[in-house]
Amino acid sequence: MNRHATSHATTVLYATSESDERSVVDAVKEAPPQAPTPPRSPWRRLAGRLSVLGLIGLAIVVFWLGVAFIGPLVAPYKGGAITSTEIFGSYSAAHPLGTDFLGRDMLSRVLYGTQYTVGLALAATLLASGIGTFFGLLAAVSPRWFDEVLSRLFDALISIPSKVLALVVIAAYGSSVPMLITVAALAYIPGAFRISRSLAVNLMTLEYVQVARARGEGLFYIARVEVLPNMIHPMLADFGLRFVFIVLLLSGLSFLGLGVQPPNADWGSLVRENIGGLAEGAPAVLMPAVAIATLTIGVNLLIDSLRRHSGRAHGGGK
Amino acid sequence: MKAHAQRLIAARLGLALLTLLIVSAIVFGLTGLLPGDAAQQALGQAATPELVAALRHQFGLDQPALTRYLHWLLHAATGNFGTSVSNNLPVSELIATRLPNSLVLAGLTTLVSVPLALAIGIFSAVFRGSLLDRALNVLTLSAVAVPEFLVATIAVLVFAVKLRWLPALSYLSEVDSFGTLLRIYAMPVMTLCCVIVAQMARMTRAAVLDQLSAPYVEMARLKGASPARIVLRHVLPNTIGPIANAVALSLSYLFGGVVIVESIFNYPGLASLMVDAVTNRDLPLVQGCVMVFCAAYLVLVLIADVCQIVSNPRLRQR
Repeated sequence: MNRHATSHATTVLYATSESDERSVVDAVKEAPPQAPTPPRSPWRRLAGRLSVLGLIGLAIVVFWLGVAFIGPLVAPYKGGAITSTEIFGSYSAAHPLGTDFLGRDMLSRVLYGTQYTVGLALAATLLASGIGTFFGLLAAVSPRWFDEVLSRLFDALISIPSKVLALVVIAAYGSSVPMLITVAALAYIPGAFRISRSLAVNLMTLEYVQVARARGEGLFYIARVEVLPNMIHPMLADFGLRFVFIVLLLSGLSFLGLGVQPPNADWGSLVRENIGGLAEGAPAVLMPAVAIATLTIGVNLLIDSLRRHSGRAHGGGK
Repeated sequence: MKAHAQRLIAARLGLALLTLLIVSAIVFGLTGLLPGDAAQQALGQAATPELVAALRHQFGLDQPALTRYLHWLLHAATGNFGTSVSNNLPVSELIATRLPNSLVLAGLTTLVSVPLALAIGIFSAVFRGSLLDRALNVLTLSAVAVPEFLVATIAVLVFAVKLRWLPALSYLSEVDSFGTLLRIYAMPVMTLCCVIVAQMARMTRAAVLDQLSAPYVEMARLKGASPARIVLRHVLPNTIGPIANAVALSLSYLFGGVVIVESIFNYPGLASLMVDAVTNRDLPLVQGCVMVFCAAYLVLVLIADVCQIVSNPRLRQR
């Protein structure tokens, strides 16, 4: 079985993920040769591998994950409570981030919204990466024709732009929390499939896999024990990027009014609700937007920094 | 001998058609197989079981799914996507009125973004590791991570509300001179460019870097060629393929971006038509729009493939 990722005629039918894959390779090449760092605690080692920007990214990601878990507990007001007579109020002691279009406390709204934005995106990303990796592995170890069928199918899915695909599904089935998770996962499974398949196909050609084959190991064993552990690292980087894309997709949908439905609100819906305050520059419309931007930029900085240094962490990578 | 290249191009064309066929099956499967929904919805409050049954018969919904799919596919192939549920106009007519607007928007965005992205990508690859490169890296990384609606809202806040230079909404009927045309298109194009330029620049940088590490570049350097000559004369012709790919993939991202941008600026294009159709759950219209989007995507990818084949002498003259 001498398949190679590039032997595929349609490797080009491939949205953003190709650049990701290429820059993984790129990052490995770029990593400067440096002396291996002495073993330290995992946290110290992680911190040692990150640049300043990476550390900033890590701090932002940890902060928002924490907020997603304890947000409602530390929120000064109940999520939907109308607490002020002033609409689009500015920053004040009672309302640190101002008030929204109904006079609700914006800080509490953002804290409650974090659960939706981070939680939905996390669930969808786990689904997308999990299912994508599963099928990618399956395609790599299966007979040629099955690989071909799977690849064609996912190529077709990838040629529907993610937002457009999401719109189609929402048009047909309406918008609800499980539906949003499904649609975001569906939109990003093909990308995860492409990456994991091309990683796995490359790994399948390596000697130790050939040896395992010659030993007579089953395909399931080879996929689980020989191939999967060696593609975890790039798949984790891909997981982070997929998370960013899904956050952007879901908040975009919410911004169009097709995502999380009132009275609940994720950050995208908060921007939409309060768009009327834009003319006066109200914090109500700026704050959720800033929250989205910090989260996505934070994840990106973290991953970019991890990739640049992944060569060092794995003994030179190449 | 051009036969080889022609055969390759023909194979890609066939593959694109196959993909479009699978896409049509997926789209129809997602939207067309809802039992009775269309009939129920068309009748609304007045739906009695008999009326629904009669209407289902009229819509052909009582036929087996495969028959309905083939029927729909045959009509779709001739450009007939049925009649819009919400305003009883033929879907093809609705699409035909909106498509040129979207094409103008996409065309203008391409004109602005491609040269800009190539310049950024090539510069940061040539000056790799410099302060400029690192600044551009963080900048493009952040631009990729920021949602379009955030860029659009900030643009509206700055240019339409505070500075009052540009109109906040796009009224195409008011276009009477080149000046107004620029003013109307400035913000939508700027918003779309933001994300696309960043993506394209990153991919271009990776492609150029890949070539810069090739042996022939070292040879050219030893020969005493100037850096500008090396990049323009030696490296660029070799990166046409990957760059064409990067451009096609980024431009296909445009299809997702226009969904948000057209809605925000109230631009009468295909994507805002689709968002309205989703809000009204007008499934024939949604199906028609998706197929147009996917066909456009496949055309872009096909053009990139052809560029790649034509620009590679090894594929051209074998």
